[in-house]
Amino acid sequence: MKILVCISNVPDTTTKITFTPDNKQFNTAGVQFVINPYDEYALTRAIELKEAQGGTVTVLNVGEADTEANIRKALAIGADDAIRVNAKPTDAFFVATQIANIAKQENYDLILMGKESVDYNGFQVHGMVAEMLGIPSITPGVKLDVNGNTATVQREIEGGHEIIDAQLPIVVSAQQPMCEPRIPNMRGIMTARTKPLKVVEPTGSATKTEIDAFSLPPQKTGVKMISPENAGELITLLRNEAKVI
Amino acid sequence: MSVLVVIECANGEVKKSSLEAATYGSKVAQQMGTTATAIAIGDISEENLKHLGAQGIKKVLFDNDARLKNFVNLAYVKVIAAAAQKEDSKVIILSNTNIGAAIGSRLAVRLEASLATNVVALPEISGSTFKVKRGVYSGKAFAEVNLTSDRKIIAVKKNTIEVGHEAGEASVENFSASLTDADFAAAPKEVIQQTGDILLPEADIVVSGGRGLKGPENWHLVEDLAKALGAATACSKPVADVDWRPHHEHVGQTGITVSPNLYIAIGISGAIQHLAGVNSSKVIVVINKDPEAPFFKAADYGIVGDAFEVVPKLIEAAKQLH
Repeated sequence: MKILVCISNVPDTTTKITFTPDNKQFNTAGVQFVINPYDEYALTRAIELKEAQGGTVTVLNVGEADTEANIRKALAIGADDAIRVNAKPTDAFFVATQIANIAKQENYDLILMGKESVDYNGFQVHGMVAEMLGIPSITPGVKLDVNGNTATVQREIEGGHEIIDAQLPIVVSAQQPMCEPRIPNMRGIMTARTKPLKVVEPTGSATKTEIDAFSLPPQKTGVKMISPENAGELITLLRNEAKVI
Repeated sequence: MSVLVVIECANGEVKKSSLEAATYGSKVAQQMGTTATAIAIGDISEENLKHLGAQGIKKVLFDNDARLKNFVNLAYVKVIAAAAQKEDSKVIILSNTNIGAAIGSRLAVRLEASLATNVVALPEISGSTFKVKRGVYSGKAFAEVNLTSDRKIIAVKKNTIEVGHEAGEASVENFSASLTDADFAAAPKEVIQQTGDILLPEADIVVSGGRGLKGPENWHLVEDLAKALGAATACSKPVADVDWRPHHEHVGQTGITVSPNLYIAIGISGAIQHLAGVNSSKVIVVINKDPEAPFFKAADYGIVGDAFEVVPKLIEAAKQLH
């Protein structure tokens, strides 16, 4: 089985978000970048499937050279080889176009990625890639098994789950609890250094959205404290003052 | 050239998130000097669809194909794309749900449209610019985004807009697209509906518990308070990670993002990843025995105290409301 896992390079989840003074760019000063947490589920599940059934796992990132540390990390976790499309991931449509172009050449059985990146929160690339390739996308998947040419995916919907059998090839976007994400071990880190990492140039530059400016949410004006002895008063305040119950 | 709103239904009713999307869509239609049409598929009655008039919808296209009772991604996209073509809709409105994401991402490619998800305000439209505000960095920031294609798709986040209550009914027209076997290629073979509880992503009130509750055996405190308030229950990531509660209750940066009217956090310290998942809630209440818990800085109301003493008093007071 030939599996493609798409990863993005995102600020660590503990990052305090700030922007450049003109509010046009994310301020990367002092920020640690990690593999997008949702993509880690996709990556680990791909490696588990490969270990159980044979095959290859290729990691794909659309990013500039500074993402290579995290691509090497994905190789250390257990991917076999990697492709970096040498471009800034400007919007979901652009990234999906790059992924679909590579997938068209390689005929992967399974294309996995996180349901969304924790920076842009687009939740779009999975379906765009699938539509460009003319194959189904199942999103978000919380369980994924493959038996021969059939994938069985448990998909989360609002208020329940669906069980879907689909013929490969398909795209699945991952969310917990698909698996327990792995961290690289020493042997993995050593072997990752010599695994192939191919850099390719992007196809076109078309986008469909442009970020104009960023802003931060308004600060709360202050918390009203209620003594624990009179805790019941909170309910009165929620009804009469905040008017939310 | 109407604005097209995609309606999600569950158990024969229009979902609240879709009532919000319909209201949003009719306001966008007003901005553009046109009307709003809805497309509804599946498990709903014609009668219930007429009520969308209250949200400003003039006409509903209704596909009641029995095979589409449950969500079938490819088939739904085909029907909605056909409706958009028929109505020559330049703007399509979805809810920012898992179903909305599954539809929107494919539809954007098929209709060569710009797609903005997680949108939190009405668009700014002037001349040829069409700008929306959307949540980014997992609730820690917003971005103003220009949608540069001729056609635009917007997925509206819950609680972005108050559901409209106008007088008037929508007209309902039958609608269908010709579907083939290929459109059912990844149809669900089984649907496991969560029953009984109030659904977390749809809830107006959420009561959430953290490690401060000490163990799953104490969750009756969260559940009883939720029941007394008509709320959904949720939990923090550490609680889901140790299996005290199921993962679908995990609220935070890598779990569910919620934006209810009221979020009550019990025994949750307020790590930055948790705050990201809840900070668009209208009112936040924090109950924690540690006065230094960072969550108090993001709260509207706070109680410093032991959950095991405070919460029973809240349950008692909440029961008195009825």
